[in-house]
Amino acid sequence: MKTSEGYFGQNPMALPASPTLENYQLVLEANFSTYFMNSVMVTLGSVIPTVLMSFMAAFAIVRGRGRYLKFVNGIFLMGLAIPLQATIIPIYLMIIRLNLYDSLLAIMLPSIAFAIPLTVLILSNFIRDVPNELFESMRLDGCSDWQTMWRLALPLTRPAIVTVAIYNGLHVWNGFLLPLVLTQSPELRVLPLGLWTFQGEFSVNIPAVLASVVLSTLPILVIYVLGRRQLVSGLTAGFSK
Amino acid sequence: MSAATTHRAASGLPKNELTSQPKSALAWLTLPALLFFAVFAVIPLIGVLILSFAKWDGIGAIGAAGMENWTSVLADPDLYNSLGLTFLIMIVSWLVQTPISLLLGVFTAGTQRYRAALAVLYFLPLLLSSAAVAIAYKALLDPNFGLAMGLGLPFLAQDWLGVPQLALGLIIFVIAWQFVPFHTLIYQGGVRQIPKSLYEAAQIDGAGTIKQFFHITLPQLKYTIITSSTLMVVGSLTYFDLIFVLTGGGPGNSTRILALDMYLRGFRANLMGPASVIAVILVVIGLALALFLQRLGGKDKQGSQLEGM
Repeated sequence: MKTSEGYFGQNPMALPASPTLENYQLVLEANFSTYFMNSVMVTLGSVIPTVLMSFMAAFAIVRGRGRYLKFVNGIFLMGLAIPLQATIIPIYLMIIRLNLYDSLLAIMLPSIAFAIPLTVLILSNFIRDVPNELFESMRLDGCSDWQTMWRLALPLTRPAIVTVAIYNGLHVWNGFLLPLVLTQSPELRVLPLGLWTFQGEFSVNIPAVLASVVLSTLPILVIYVLGRRQLVSGLTAGFSK
Repeated sequence: MSAATTHRAASGLPKNELTSQPKSALAWLTLPALLFFAVFAVIPLIGVLILSFAKWDGIGAIGAAGMENWTSVLADPDLYNSLGLTFLIMIVSWLVQTPISLLLGVFTAGTQRYRAALAVLYFLPLLLSSAAVAIAYKALLDPNFGLAMGLGLPFLAQDWLGVPQLALGLIIFVIAWQFVPFHTLIYQGGVRQIPKSLYEAAQIDGAGTIKQFFHITLPQLKYTIITSSTLMVVGSLTYFDLIFVLTGGGPGNSTRILALDMYLRGFRANLMGPASVIAVILVVIGLALALFLQRLGGKDKQGSQLEGM
């Protein structure tokens, strides 16, 4: 019982009968593609701003000095300890007041906020490892901090950026509570939420339920096979450093 | 934040190399991240404390409630049921997961040939969403249509989610199935950092594998154990998705942990005030546990994040 294919393979009703894609067809017809696209949009819409903003903040925290930057760093470190669940009620209230209830943006905004602290922490650890001489020579060449950030720090920390992007992406892709609380319409469901409603609709059709689980996992599996190393280091990002 | 940002050199001007002027320009780079974080994480954290003294049904106007929410929640036996269950699941999960992940971590840190192949299969649970895991288990364990019928295994044909003890046991099992791989990775990383020379010295002294494990590996992994335990214990406060989908808190209230209690009070019973009280309790317990475990380890180079997992 290790893989999602395993689930399917062991499925009592799929094995003995002639293997069929009927269940997959059933799932695909039930708005699966909409849920899939919603998940893709929410994930990209959260991960890209998170990484961009966190990278800039991490660069400033590492390269700059002063009380303000220490304070910011301290805020983010404290932020690691805020559990998302405990803040869901005020978030719900804010999203309603911002007239964002029942939109994909409503899921993205808190996802970004809660991903920032760890992302800043990991990226600043990596930027710190860039040899100081490189920064010095950029400065002597007359580059501003802004140029140094994009031309030197960004390319050198690319592996770390990929890693945190994957880590954050996985979290958002699999997130359940935010979509559950902040959206309502069927056409705005993301995959985990869609799965949950499939389960209600197809409750007796176990193969169809499992087919939906397999389908929702497939994209992550593909990424996993392509970039296992990055992904595994992404999963433990921040703990080994 | 005002001190550094008020006197900022206009960007684009050549920077004076003798003063720290460029540094204040750098400070601006933190603003987007800081603003986002403050608005959608810090303010809600303060908001939940305020809402715990408010009366709100989730739709209408918000009114003041004074201490009413707190007194009613603290007098509610359901709260103590949830607290008890939360700690029960936390402790049993820790007892189940720690030895397994530790041993697997030590094992996978070795250099066996088949290790890479094993690792591929092994880390898959990490990729699945809690909702997917819960749905798959629920489907497979369905007493009428699940594995039990298909494979003809009568002992599986129990009403797993209908009997309180079975449901609780199942939750602990599924949590372990999902999270042991993650903690194995942490231990694997920890074991790889133990200097080889320690083992060589022990071998010369004639210590066997088991002795080496207890006298070198375990003590050397002290900080790893604390990091992993912190994540496990504090993370267990938030096993919301899995339990919500798997049992919804039932049968009865037998798996209604704190996070779930909060959700059901707030978004099902429309009692946002009392739900906020539970949320505050969750934050306090989480922080207390995290601080306690860090204290236990002396000065641990931070590394505990609790959100998410």
